[in-house]
Amino acid sequence: MLDLRMPIGCLFLIIGTILLTWGCAHPVLTPCGGLQVNLNATWGSVMGTFGLLMSLLAWREKSRS
Amino acid sequence: MQVGVLDYLIIAIYFVFVLGIGVVLKKQMVSSEDFFLSGRSIPSWITGLAFISANLGAIEVMGMAANGAEYGIMTAHFYWVGAIPAMVFLALFMMPFYYGSRVRSVPEYLKLRFNEPTRAFNALSFALMTVLMSGINMYAMALVFKLLLNWSMTASILVSAGVVLAYTILGGLTSSIYNEVLQFFLIVFGLLPLTLIGLANGGGWQGLIGHLPKGFGHLWSQAGGTANPMGIDWLGLVSGLGFVLSFGYWCTDFLVIQRALAAESLSAAQRTPLIAAFPKVFFPLLTVVPGMLALSLIPALGSNTTNYSYNMALPLLLSQYYPSGMLGVGLTAMLASFMSGMAGNITAFNTVWTYDIYQSYIAPARSDRHYLWMGRVATAAGILVSIGTAYLVMGFPSIMDYMQMIFSFFNAPLFATFLLGMFWKRTTPWAAFWGLVTGTVSAGVHFALTHFGMLTYSSVMAGNFWRATMAWLICFSVTFALSFVTKPRPVEDLQGLVWGLGGDTPLIREVWYKRPAVLASMVIVMTLVANVVLW
Repeated sequence: MLDLRMPIGCLFLIIGTILLTWGCAHPVLTPCGGLQVNLNATWGSVMGTFGLLMSLLAWREKSRS
Repeated sequence: MQVGVLDYLIIAIYFVFVLGIGVVLKKQMVSSEDFFLSGRSIPSWITGLAFISANLGAIEVMGMAANGAEYGIMTAHFYWVGAIPAMVFLALFMMPFYYGSRVRSVPEYLKLRFNEPTRAFNALSFALMTVLMSGINMYAMALVFKLLLNWSMTASILVSAGVVLAYTILGGLTSSIYNEVLQFFLIVFGLLPLTLIGLANGGGWQGLIGHLPKGFGHLWSQAGGTANPMGIDWLGLVSGLGFVLSFGYWCTDFLVIQRALAAESLSAAQRTPLIAAFPKVFFPLLTVVPGMLALSLIPALGSNTTNYSYNMALPLLLSQYYPSGMLGVGLTAMLASFMSGMAGNITAFNTVWTYDIYQSYIAPARSDRHYLWMGRVATAAGILVSIGTAYLVMGFPSIMDYMQMIFSFFNAPLFATFLLGMFWKRTTPWAAFWGLVTGTVSAGVHFALTHFGMLTYSSVMAGNFWRATMAWLICFSVTFALSFVTKPRPVEDLQGLVWGLGGDTPLIREVWYKRPAVLASMVIVMTLVANVVLW
């Protein structure tokens, strides 16, 4: 059976990388409390990290079995 | 708001993954049990997240945000008084009968416990309910995409129907469950920044409720009477929402039960609603709070124009805060929620149609391959009918009105049937049948009386809660009374179907953190804390 963590990981890694790259290349600042946040870059890195974690968990399971 | 190429690219990547999962799983769909029940082989963390995600359709995301804008934090009662206690009850007390009896659907349990007519009545009403509910998701999606992307309603409905059709017809329930988990994470990651930014900009929780009408920040302090945003007192809340509507939905609706039946063991099936309950504790942060934030930011919200109706609270907030890129993620989250809601209903529909209607009454004793084929045909037919019901929803003033009407007709009386059937062995088959019929008809009569102004309530929501309570009471009373004058089934036929009469499924001793009672206690404590903090 397909390890679901693999497609989830890949999807989040791809979307996260796109957002991070786009956010760095075309920064748009969103007010957040007293700060100005580059939402695309910040949240892109969060999504990318989550995707990487899921992919690593799936890869570890595969190499174990 | 400007939707750019980047946003469309993110939506397109999501579609590729959703369809890819269906294609990969297609070769594993060998038997009808693979297609309809995922071969009962899925781990509990997946079935648990699918359990919550199948319910995470238009109602949950758009509807709860709309209610948050209309009624404030009292909307969280749907989670903390309604959903979570019901999910715990399902896991601890009802799942052993559903999973242990090896039934393939909820109507099939009614056949084993009662008789064929009770099963037929429930199967037909459930099939009707699922296509009506599936239409809600299509309609909601079309509404959002018309506002945000300027797509026509018909184009939106056809695109969403086409994608859901493709992945459910290819990979059956497994594909639907896998995509629901993927969609769960997308919804969380797509909507969470809205709450974080909104609260940071609005001065935190205290700042937010300072901008809202009185009572919008409290759960119980004004529930002594009806002078609160929801217009209902604690008794109506606890009986209508906390008991009848929520237990009726979470404990009997095959849409969610089907996810637990796909689990790999009884213990995993019991953990399924409990795993779902943990994120459910926090879901008001993703749905209700954004609705409240939208009301504080957009003063015109709640006017009668379509673009500023309460239903638009979440999409309007999305357009307010997200730049191109994150907007694509937010739109994908909404798309994911509508598609998971639609696919959940369609997979439940194709199972009930194939097993409980087609195999039982139209074409019995055919090959397994034939029923697998029929499941695929039912998937396509269910989606076609849902397209029709999507246009039907357009005639109703709000999504919530339409949905509550459906739930009070079908789920509220059914819960009384299950409660008596599972926990009282004297309940007879014909008493259950007539109780269910009179409960459903009485909900219809009550709806008509309310609709034509002969019965009035302080809010639409209060009317919904009291209708559900009344339908439940009538079904319960009729079933209870008739059970004394009709013939019960022999006790030996009820083994494993009724509380106290055992079953032959042994419980496996699990490590402490996997035990249902431990998980249930943890989630109940978390829910109590949430209620106290926002009292």
